Formats: sequence, structure tokens, C-alpha cells
Amino acid sequence: MMADPAPYRARDWDVHPAYDYPAYASTKFRAPKQELVPIPHTLSEVTGPSFGREAAPEGDADLTVNARVNGEPMGERIIVTGRVLDENGRAVPETMVEIWQSNAAGRYIHEVDQHDAPLDPNFIGAGRTVTDADGRYRFVTIKPGAYPWGNHHNAWRPAHIHFSLFGPSFATRLVSQMYFPGDPLLEFDPIFNGSPSPEAMQALVADFSMEITRPEWALGYEWDIVLRGRDATPMEG
Amino acid sequence: MAKQTASQTVGPFFLYGLTPELADGIRYTGYTANVLTTEDTAGEHIVVEGRVLDGEGDPVPDSMVEIWQANAAGRYRHEEDDRADVPLDDKFLGFGRTGTDRDGAFRFHTVKPGPVPGLGNAWQAPHIVFCVFARGMLSHAYTRLYFSDEAEANAADPVLGAVDAARRPTLIAERAQSRGQTVYRFDIRLQGDGETVFFDV
Repeated sequence: MMADPAPYRARDWDVHPAYDYPAYASTKFRAPKQELVPIPHTLSEVTGPSFGREAAPEGDADLTVNARVNGEPMGERIIVTGRVLDENGRAVPETMVEIWQSNAAGRYIHEVDQHDAPLDPNFIGAGRTVTDADGRYRFVTIKPGAYPWGNHHNAWRPAHIHFSLFGPSFATRLVSQMYFPGDPLLEFDPIFNGSPSPEAMQALVADFSMEITRPEWALGYEWDIVLRGRDATPMEG
Repeated sequence: MAKQTASQTVGPFFLYGLTPELADGIRYTGYTANVLTTEDTAGEHIVVEGRVLDGEGDPVPDSMVEIWQANAAGRYRHEEDDRADVPLDDKFLGFGRTGTDRDGAFRFHTVKPGPVPGLGNAWQAPHIVFCVFARGMLSHAYTRLYFSDEAEANAADPVLGAVDAARRPTLIAERAQSRGQTVYRFDIRLQGDGETVFFDV
């Protein structure tokens, strides 16, 4: 028999949005209504997939390059970097980070996106990378535009980049969105405001960083991501 | 202690970022798939298929479904499953990802997992962990698939035992033969009659 695995700390429902959030209209028929059934963490929860660097070709961390057809994508080139950490402040190394976003005009290439704004033949808006030993990721991309959505009258999504993370287990899986500082649309956005914690919402906003900004080339933004951690690590060291 | 980063919805436009293999004319290639197996993967090859449905019974055409499971011998490909007496299968990772189609349908090609250890001396019945994401879901939802032909193991499974008996059937996939394949049918109802049991994992 193996020893019981050390559990991860609970999903923090003071931070994560509830399923049922009326201001975000699409939750109405998609929010589970029954209480979640709590289960202890077994091997099935504390394990999860990990992907080697070969799953994230180096070029896919630069979204201004990975979809070029006949030139550079339009818009404001930016650097987005940060660290993936656990609740104990420890780096989460070698974990897949995936992003997707609209182009500079606020348009996704998805067939469902009918926003009257141009597509960019040189920009797909998807990329991925694997964190380094310090848990750091780094993307070069184009600053996404705001775009309208049908949630309510005159509804506009603030500029954002979608992030998908795995961490060390299936229990640490997280999909989130990164926002930009000073965006006037944030206060009106039901998705951004879905978290019950004002601090947690603000933590979704990246910091502008002069240190990361590269002279004559691109503005830099920094956004750290915190995944669930454990109370005790069985294999310390 | 640092606070967890808040979950946000996967939104309607994840297709070309997370499941680009399902998008037409996209030059970005993914690294995940709904086929977890190769011809050489050990174990009983099965198809797991179903639909994601909303509270009105309508299909959810823009959800993403991920699965995680042990191999046919019941071992997870992960450093914390270090049982040397249970074989790994180098032809099997145990992770699958796909998006639902306009009918809300998804399909995985995988192998039936073996039983895996529970807590203490308990064993868990063979199962597949599911994670569901969608536009309209600000946080993802976890559930588990159990197999209809494992009645005895299911009856002793501690996680199924924690679920109200009346709701347990939402977690049991029915085995059937179709087009020469073994198919397990597993619908995920986000809300309403027969709402799938979701776990606070």
C-alpha cells in the first residue's frame, strides 16, 4: 500500500467565481445548481498530465511570428511575462501555459465571431510555452483590442488574454484571463467582476513594467499566476 | 500565503487556441487530441462518447471536455504514482481534450483504466476524471465517469459512496457495442433534470 497523497488546499471559492452569476447571462442554463460533492484527494486528483518542452515549439511563444503569412501583424507589440507559483510562493516549473486572444482590432478568427472589425492575415492569436525552472513564462504578442459581446446593451469586453494552466496535478488545472491596467471597461465587465473578491479581481490585472519594457521595441507587462498549493509536501527537498 | 488566481471562463473562442485540430484552415497546431491511444496501447480499447447539455436540455456546442485516467493496469503516468509493481505503458499518457460539436457531442478513443488505489486500504473502481469548461461557466467543473460493467467495484467505490444514491446513475457510463467498437455513453448535464454530479475536487 502506498501512503495517502498529501491533498491540495481546497479551491478557494472566496476567489473563484460562482457558477451562477446572473450578470453574465450565459451562466443561466449552464450553472450547476446542485451542491458540489466534496471528495478527498486520491491518486486520481493529485496526478495529472505533464507535457515536455517538445509540446511547445519555441516559436509558439511569439505570437507576432508564429502565424506570419506575408508580413508582421498589425498593432502594438507587447511582452507578457510572469511566474507561475503555488499558494506557498513556490515556483511551478515545467508546466504548460497556453494563451489565446483577439487581434489588435478586437477580432478573433473564430467563425462565431462576427464583430465588424478586420481579421489580420498575419495573426492567429494562439500560443503556448512551458515554464522554466523558476516558473517563469514569457510571450511576445500584440495587445488585444476590446470587442462587443451580446451580454447586455452596449456590452464590451475589456482587452484580455486567455490563459490555460495545468500545474502539477489535475486538481491544479486553471483557466483564467489577464487584463491590462487602467482599462476603463473593467468596471463594467461581468466576467472580470465574477470573482467575489475585489482583491482577486485586481490580481487579474497585469502590471505595466518598465523593467520588462524593451527600449525601441515593445512595452512589457508582468502577470503572476497562483495555483493551488499543498499544506505539506511529502517529498521535500 | 498567496491567494489563488481567480478562474475565468474559457469563453466562446478557445477553439483555435486549445483545440486547433478541430478548426479549419488554421496553421497553428495543437499537442492534445481526443485519441489517447495508438494501436499498441495495452488494454481494452474503448470509445467514450456523449453530449454536454444545458439546463434546457439543449446541446452546449462550445464546451471543452478534458479527461485524465490511469492506464489499463491502473497506473497513472505521474511521479506521485510510483508503484513499481504496476506497469506503465509508454504508449499511453492518459490525457485527452476535445471540444463539443454543434450537437454538444464529444468522443474519446482510449482504453478502459484499471482500478486505482483510494485512501487507506481502499481501492477505487475504474474511472475517468472529467473536467468541463464552457462559455457561460466562470469556473470549470470536475466529474467522474464510472463503467456500467463494474457493478461490484462501483458498489465498493468510496467516491461513489459519497454521492446520494439517487444521483449516482449520472456518473455511470453504459456499455454498448457499436460498429464493432465498445462504446461507453456518458452525457454531461450541466443543470436541470438528471444534473450530473460535480465534485468539489
